[in-house]
Amino acid sequence: MNANVKLQPPVATPAPSAAPSWLSKSATRLQQTLLQDLLPPLVVLLALGLLWEMLCSGAGAALPPPSQVLSETWELIVDPFYDNGGNDVGLAWQLLASLKRVAVGYLLAVAAGVALGVLIGQSDWAMRGLDPLFQVLRTVPPLAWLPLSLAGFQDSHPSAIFVIFITAIWPIIINTSVGIRNIPQDYRNVAQVIQLNAWEYFHIIMLPAAAPYIFTGLRIGVGLSWLAIIAAEMLIGGVGIGFFIWDAWNASRISDIILALVYIGVVGFFLDRLVAFAGRRITRGIPAA
Amino acid sequence: MSYLSIEQLDKSFVRDDLASQVLKNINLRIDKGEFISIIGHSGCGKSTVLNIVAGLLDPSLGVVILDGKEVSGPGPDRGMVFQNHSLLPWLTVFENVEVAVNKVFKRSMSKSGRREWIEHNLKLVSMGHALHKYPQEISGGMKQRVGIARALAMKPKVLLLDEPFGALDALTRAHLQNEVMRIQTDLGNTMMMITHDVDEAVLLSDRIVMMTNGPSATIGEILTVDLPRPRDRIALADDHEYNRCRRAVLSFLHDRHRLQ
Repeated sequence: MNANVKLQPPVATPAPSAAPSWLSKSATRLQQTLLQDLLPPLVVLLALGLLWEMLCSGAGAALPPPSQVLSETWELIVDPFYDNGGNDVGLAWQLLASLKRVAVGYLLAVAAGVALGVLIGQSDWAMRGLDPLFQVLRTVPPLAWLPLSLAGFQDSHPSAIFVIFITAIWPIIINTSVGIRNIPQDYRNVAQVIQLNAWEYFHIIMLPAAAPYIFTGLRIGVGLSWLAIIAAEMLIGGVGIGFFIWDAWNASRISDIILALVYIGVVGFFLDRLVAFAGRRITRGIPAA
Repeated sequence: MSYLSIEQLDKSFVRDDLASQVLKNINLRIDKGEFISIIGHSGCGKSTVLNIVAGLLDPSLGVVILDGKEVSGPGPDRGMVFQNHSLLPWLTVFENVEVAVNKVFKRSMSKSGRREWIEHNLKLVSMGHALHKYPQEISGGMKQRVGIARALAMKPKVLLLDEPFGALDALTRAHLQNEVMRIQTDLGNTMMMITHDVDEAVLLSDRIVMMTNGPSATIGEILTVDLPRPRDRIALADDHEYNRCRRAVLSFLHDRHRLQ
């Protein structure tokens, strides 16, 4: 395994004199990026892997060392798309099932959260009426909603989606409303002087002005949904990476659990980056007013 | 009958059941094509006067009549140039003006006509080269030019300028003052400007409205600046009338109505 992670020092091939200068320039830049950004995490990863290997290699170790994890989960790693029916499907399908639930619950939370955030950002009455309720409800842990939603929906699938929804919605509501409340008076005056109607004000001024705040909420929300889905799936069963972990625990396949943890971490990281990227694209890096 | 008249204007703000009177009995008549400056110490309520004319604030008493109609609420017939430009940072220079133009001339101009009109107004303030730049990519003076273009593009009956050059450095300010004079000469706009810069007031104005200190501020004196246009700041430096006006405003502000 270590052979795979072995660092390849960038080979300095002497550039032929005919090569355009930008080529060698970008090659140098690439070298620098590799050296500065990739090297440190790789070194740390390697060191931690070695430490883990040493700690867990002895007889009677409770957890498998990385070499054993790799050999035991090799089939799962190389064939993420197998499908033996039922719950016995590859890790890619498990992750996809979880991602689908998160996507539905999260998108519902985005729509409802932004709408409610706009409402309590715009109206003092809505703020006074709803804010105390939200402040209490948002502290309820995601899993505490699960029994209630199972009772309500009588079905595990919509229950999981509801748990995602109710987890992700609070930071979206709160950040959106703060963003709306912070729209500078100047922008409101501009809107008044050119007499924008409510819809024009909403999409020309309100949404873009609040966008940096909204995306902060969206980013927190997507992280929380990914946290919640794993826990919810452990309880509701079926296909999904959360249940995969629970299933592996029941079958004492510790290596599978470790592999799943790695995948969950990586997917969560990319979800966060995806929303951050979308936010940067949409707000074009304009800081909050 | 004057073009813009402010009649018997009072304004009080009420907070915690305590009313504080900001403006008292303001009367001002402005002719078409006239350039009026309102000058006074900060806190005297000069911006309040402008905001009432703009319709952003309602008067407690009195009316504002523009071209025979009573003003109620903001509208595109009173173009406003804000002190801190107030461009929308997520829109380009062109789009910032477009928002206003699309709103005002939705029906009366074709799409291509509107585009030409936007470009025309941006060229008028010498911003034709930066149509597709974002506000954060241009300098403070340029932003204010765009702000002026946005206001002009609405073809307002009166252009209201709220300390438009206050945030700019002296050289940029002089440059923009020249531009505003040129535009006003070319287009004959009626303009009403808030300022606390004596030279600016004398250079640009036909009449200078000097306000007493608040609370209950009112118009203390109105000075007519009898200087021919176009005006040149260098030639005026030694001009008798220019210096007489300057001294009159200075003595009003710093002698008779200085801040305690």
